[in-house]
Amino acid sequence: MDYSSGWVEFKVEIMENWRDLGRWGSETEGRSERDGASDSETKPDTGVPEVPVSADDTPEVLNKALSGLSSRWKNWWVRGILTLAMISFFFFIIYLGPMVLMMIVMCVQIKCFHEIITIGYSVYHSYHLPWFRTLSWYFLLCVNYFFYGETVTDYFFTLVQREEPLRILSKYHRFISFALYLTGFCMFVLSLVKKHYRLQFYMFGWTHVTLLIVVTQSHLIIHNLFEGMIWFIVPISCVICNDIMAYMFGFFFGRTPLIKLSPKKTWEGFIGGFFSTVVFGILLSYVMAGYSYFVCPVEFNNDSNRFTVDCEPSELFQLQNYSLPSVLQSISGWTTVKLYPFQIHSIALSAFASIMGPFGGFFASGFKRAFKIKDFANTIPGHGGIMDRFDCQYLMATFVNVYIASFIRGPNPAKVIQQLLALRPDQQLHIFNSLKAHLTVKGLLPALEEAA
Amino acid sequence: MTELRRRGGGGDPDSTESISDKEADGDDRLGFPGEGEGDMEGDSKADTPDVPPSADNTPECLNKALEGLSSRWKNWWIRGILSLTMIVGFFLIIYLGPIMLILLVMGIQIKCFHEIITIGYRVYHSYELPWFRTLSWYFLICVNYFFYGETVADYFGVLVQREEPLQFLVRYHRFISFALYLAGFCMFVLSLVKKHYRLQFYMFAWTHVTLLIVVTQSHLVIQNLFEGMIWFILPISTVICNDIMAYLFGFFFGRTPLIKLSPKKTWEGFIGGFFATVAFSFFFAYLLSPYQHFVCPVEYNSETNRFAVECEPSNLFVMQEYTLPAVVQNGVRWKTVNLYPFQIHSIALSSFASLIGPFGGFFASGFKRAFKIKDFADTIPGHGGIMDRFDCQYLMATFVHVYIASFIRGPNPSKVLQQLLLLHPEQQLSIFNMLRNHLQEKGMLPPAVEEAQ
Repeated sequence: MDYSSGWVEFKVEIMENWRDLGRWGSETEGRSERDGASDSETKPDTGVPEVPVSADDTPEVLNKALSGLSSRWKNWWVRGILTLAMISFFFFIIYLGPMVLMMIVMCVQIKCFHEIITIGYSVYHSYHLPWFRTLSWYFLLCVNYFFYGETVTDYFFTLVQREEPLRILSKYHRFISFALYLTGFCMFVLSLVKKHYRLQFYMFGWTHVTLLIVVTQSHLIIHNLFEGMIWFIVPISCVICNDIMAYMFGFFFGRTPLIKLSPKKTWEGFIGGFFSTVVFGILLSYVMAGYSYFVCPVEFNNDSNRFTVDCEPSELFQLQNYSLPSVLQSISGWTTVKLYPFQIHSIALSAFASIMGPFGGFFASGFKRAFKIKDFANTIPGHGGIMDRFDCQYLMATFVNVYIASFIRGPNPAKVIQQLLALRPDQQLHIFNSLKAHLTVKGLLPALEEAA
Repeated sequence: MTELRRRGGGGDPDSTESISDKEADGDDRLGFPGEGEGDMEGDSKADTPDVPPSADNTPECLNKALEGLSSRWKNWWIRGILSLTMIVGFFLIIYLGPIMLILLVMGIQIKCFHEIITIGYRVYHSYELPWFRTLSWYFLICVNYFFYGETVADYFGVLVQREEPLQFLVRYHRFISFALYLAGFCMFVLSLVKKHYRLQFYMFAWTHVTLLIVVTQSHLVIQNLFEGMIWFILPISTVICNDIMAYLFGFFFGRTPLIKLSPKKTWEGFIGGFFATVAFSFFFAYLLSPYQHFVCPVEYNSETNRFAVECEPSNLFVMQEYTLPAVVQNGVRWKTVNLYPFQIHSIALSSFASLIGPFGGFFASGFKRAFKIKDFADTIPGHGGIMDRFDCQYLMATFVHVYIASFIRGPNPSKVLQQLLLLHPEQQLSIFNMLRNHLQEKGMLPPAVEEAQ
């Protein structure tokens, strides 16, 4: 595939080249991030692989059904159908509950890891490097073990304390994880082969960066999920909505380009997407906040050994009266409005999704350009790989997690009690006195002359 | 820069020659892999740097003093003098106390980061890349801010509660750190320049891996330090001792090579070093354990506004009698022996330092060979850069931290208190009552006559 011919007419040439290669014709128009066009990367980067173009793997059934239409519309239809399929799948999974969601997150993580590592292999022609595939998957297992162990210990505390083997595993969890990681590290050192040192170090670095991005963030998603499914659904929906809305606005009104990196993105799309996403976020939160299924933290019920989402909704999810500022009062004629406080938070979340989320997309675009690949993989026909769909989600997941930790959730009282009871008695006494002083100052305790 | 390019264009013969020149001087470098043995990397990566050999920066005074000796002995003397200087410096810093140690760790971290990033620049000829130097240092500052905020805030709990701006910073610490990091991330994305995408991504990844290795582990070192200076001094001394002992045993008895990666290491050195190190740390632990200055957790005394190391030594540092197993009893005719429990732990620590520590050294050797550099930098005459001295230490620091967390330490009381203070008042009250009952049961509190709610 020859990228280095001079691009003069963007659309026509691209269409023709890609049609020749069996890709859908107007891939460029169909894809909102289509950026493979402009930059003529003529830099003499001799180590660059030309990652072979992935074959077209649209299912045959779709091909037949749409064989009548012109290739341009065919592309639209394929993308549209797939988009709808993904969204329905999303709702279906939500219906199935937290366990299934966790497994989906896990699978997505594994697939993303696989995609990025495969790109690394292609870049470095290192597919046949001894041991390396094994080691990459081994490191993935180790890091997942570490994170799942921490999550399980926190949320399934009672279950863990009950079963003896689990208790030991959880008490020495960090040590075991570290030992597993060290084994992998030593295997890596022992596998260094004279001719391939540099490659092996590159792949080692590549694996670790991928783990850092993909695995940690998927665990943050799971943490968000445990806070309440709404903290999982609303952010993801906002990002998807922003994608779609920005594309629509750009398609209909787009005029001024946004950033050189992605020439198809426009300011009109960006701003239009921002406002529509914020509105969408407010409405979606309004719809979801009424159901305890979505807003309750996911808990593991020891007796029934199942996940339950059953609780007294916190204040965030109870309708409250807000008085409108006078400006809005005069316009809409209402003095107060009933909102869930969560809707205010959703404005922050959707603002982040619209403003910062695209940076994740630019990062992925830059990455694809740097390594001269068109898509991360070809898993989803018309859309590319899983990573292509999830590039904006990663920043969002981290933001939501940090947001919850900073503004919403305090420390978990059960956990604090558990830690308190694990301290030495003299330390407990010290804390007791500090707490007493604190509560007395706050007026919650009548001042006593209790001698400690 | 042009000089770099010329060397790069010269290809292998050039580099082999220049390196083998240094080889004559550096022949007796501990564990240094013989570069000249034709490490022909078949990969056709044209962007291999040949990092020019760093100039000899031995101080003039040493040069003059050792003028008379042959160059081989001169090298020995330089290494010996510098080793002694470093060890003396180490003890001086310990004497000066925890704050100095923290500053020292911080300084070393910054220097190591700088060394590795500089190598990255050379590897990718990316020294002139727009913004990149600024961004690397910015990320370093961000990550340090995050970690110092997490650790320091715990230990300075009382001080933090007093000052209002500090309280705000602590409460929203994660959010502020994340915002700072995001700003750097956005700057990176905005700084992507058409012709340099790949380089920029490489440097971005290089920076992050370096941060992961260097910064997180230096913070683990500081957390170990706060547990008690002995948790800092003993592991570091053990690694240094293992280095020296393995070298000496290898020098006198070395015969069978250990690993292809470092041809100068031998099994005799490895095993001899192992036993010598275990014995050394056993005795060193015995020496240090009686002193409060070393074994007490470092605490911040809010009244005097200074660090204090004063406490009731924990069980680990109180002499106990152990009955020797029968086999050993016949051997030495003692029935029991007085030991600090900490000495048993020190055996675990020193075993790790001797058995796994060298893998850190092999990793660094492999790294140097992969990028065809002789040393990380040339900061210490005769020894190379700071990273060269510290490559084994990083694994050790992580191990000690994990060891303490798993086997020694319970939760950190100041952290627990801090979390308590963040809870809702009703939750605090209920915990207060629960704690009071618990302590009364244990007899730590006199049972209250009347305690009005």
